[in-house]
Amino acid sequence: MGKITLRNVQKRFGEAVVIPSLDLDIEDGEFVVFVGPSGCGKSTLLRLIAGLEDVSDGQILIDGRNATEMPPAKRGLAMVFQSYALYPHMTVRKNIAFPLKMAKMEQSEIDRRVENAARILNLTSYIDRRPGQLSGGQRQRVAIGRAIVREPAAFLFDEPLSNLDAALRVNMRLEITELHQSLQTTMIYVTHDQVEAMTMADKIVVLNAGRIEQVGSPLTLYRNPANLFVAGFIGSPKMNLIEGPEAAKFGATTMGVRPEHIDISRESGLWQGEVGVSEHLGSDTFLHVHVAGMPTLTVRAGGEYGVHHGDKVWLTPQADKIHRFGPDGRAL
Amino acid sequence: MSRRITARRTLIVTLAAWTVGLLIFFPILWTVLMSFKTEGDAIKAPFAMLFSDWTLISYEQVQTRSNYSRHFMNSVVISLGSTLLALAIAIPAAWAMAFVPGRRTKDVLMWMLSTKMMPAVGVLIPIYLIFRDTGLLDTRIGLVIVLTLINLPIVVWMLYTYFKEIPGEILEAARMDGATLGSEILYVLTPMAVPGIASTLLLNVILAWNEAFWTLQLTTSRAAPLTQFIASYSSPEGLFYAKLSAASTMAIAPILILGWFSQKQLVRGLTFGAVK
Repeated sequence: MGKITLRNVQKRFGEAVVIPSLDLDIEDGEFVVFVGPSGCGKSTLLRLIAGLEDVSDGQILIDGRNATEMPPAKRGLAMVFQSYALYPHMTVRKNIAFPLKMAKMEQSEIDRRVENAARILNLTSYIDRRPGQLSGGQRQRVAIGRAIVREPAAFLFDEPLSNLDAALRVNMRLEITELHQSLQTTMIYVTHDQVEAMTMADKIVVLNAGRIEQVGSPLTLYRNPANLFVAGFIGSPKMNLIEGPEAAKFGATTMGVRPEHIDISRESGLWQGEVGVSEHLGSDTFLHVHVAGMPTLTVRAGGEYGVHHGDKVWLTPQADKIHRFGPDGRAL
Repeated sequence: MSRRITARRTLIVTLAAWTVGLLIFFPILWTVLMSFKTEGDAIKAPFAMLFSDWTLISYEQVQTRSNYSRHFMNSVVISLGSTLLALAIAIPAAWAMAFVPGRRTKDVLMWMLSTKMMPAVGVLIPIYLIFRDTGLLDTRIGLVIVLTLINLPIVVWMLYTYFKEIPGEILEAARMDGATLGSEILYVLTPMAVPGIASTLLLNVILAWNEAFWTLQLTTSRAAPLTQFIASYSSPEGLFYAKLSAASTMAIAPILILGWFSQKQLVRGLTFGAVK
């Protein structure tokens, strides 16, 4: 079981208010991603759940029990740190066995669980090495191994992939997702990378300045961002946000349209513009188009779209994919 | 061409290093040489002294006149005692400051260091009076207390710097893994900090062993360590160079041997942070 409930949770460091007041329900078995720009309080929130920081006010319930005052060891949660935080003086085997040793488990049971975790994570051939002799990806696996042997109520991940190179990151992303599917345990995952958030999460919590901007499934956030912040944060490249008279034509203070929802034509359309930079990724081409009276618009075109700097193109936003925001930044 | 210049530079630098090294070491070398001469030879012109006969007579005389082993034991008890006591106080203090820093932690550290900026003689009278009134004069326990207090700032600073290098996330990981404060310290912190604690211990033993101001002021006979043993050959009996040298050699020999065997630890401790 791993149902976690935050009620009116607040965190202040001296005068600085990091989390003003926050309510959140995390259901058992859910993969929840906290995402937001750096300094938005997402790591602090995770550390509050872990018990590594004390809440200034409010309650944290784990499976209905009030865990607000419990020390981290008593909460039954396991954490994977950004720096892996392995014990440098212990072998892989001892690192993974450490939480079991702390739980005073029998040696035969410890051995069985460690062997099992090492097998799942492909660590068997490194089991007697020390962390210093492992690569970044292997260290990350050891850190995950140390977390899974305890069979915790929930896993907490604090930007676990940000120290890995791009290719490895994609691999580990898949491994963690597969792990979640096989264990079916609650996972809370903190990242600033919205691609990780979109690909892994059952539920995304978008945070900004310690406040929840929106909670929902990846596609809900993509299709129906509740406000300008979420609209700009979710999606890559960013949604085009247009203000002023052009937006007023659509009955909004700000109108938004994603680069993949703009049709491009040589002959006719709603807005005429001139191509600035075109970025060829092979699968897609992203065009940065200058249109008079608007910020530079990003448009996604096909992979082999032949267009040159200075070419004139016509753009038309797809009518059913337009997002409209009011003067307070909320979606209309 | 460039290789020849490099070779010559290496030679010059090597020579310069040896010269500086010998200059620093020369007084100790001269003391050791002089200790193997008779009193008469020892006050001869330097070169004449070198070519006179070698003898162990000064060592024999020093042995019969004073009780070396008692002074030696006092030095061992005082330097080890004060070091262990200082570590027992400084380890928790440094831990707290390194891992749970408060708003005033830096100020506390600076204040502790600032006590070392005051000349020791400035507090001689009060401490002497306190020692007299509490019966601590000329006792080992009194010297252990004073040397602990004298060296505590350095011990705290060294350990603090060392603990600072240990990532806090590893301790948090231990906490998450269910470790109590005790097991966190025993299984995670201590093994990681052992090299730092060891080099702090060594340096502090050496500092305490060689400490001459307080040991000379606060002891006379019973608790007198080796510094007092050396001093007894300088003033009261006039200048007897050979015996003074023999006493000095016997006093520094143990710590020299300790230093020799632990140089790796010592250098690592002293340059920690700078070369990592």
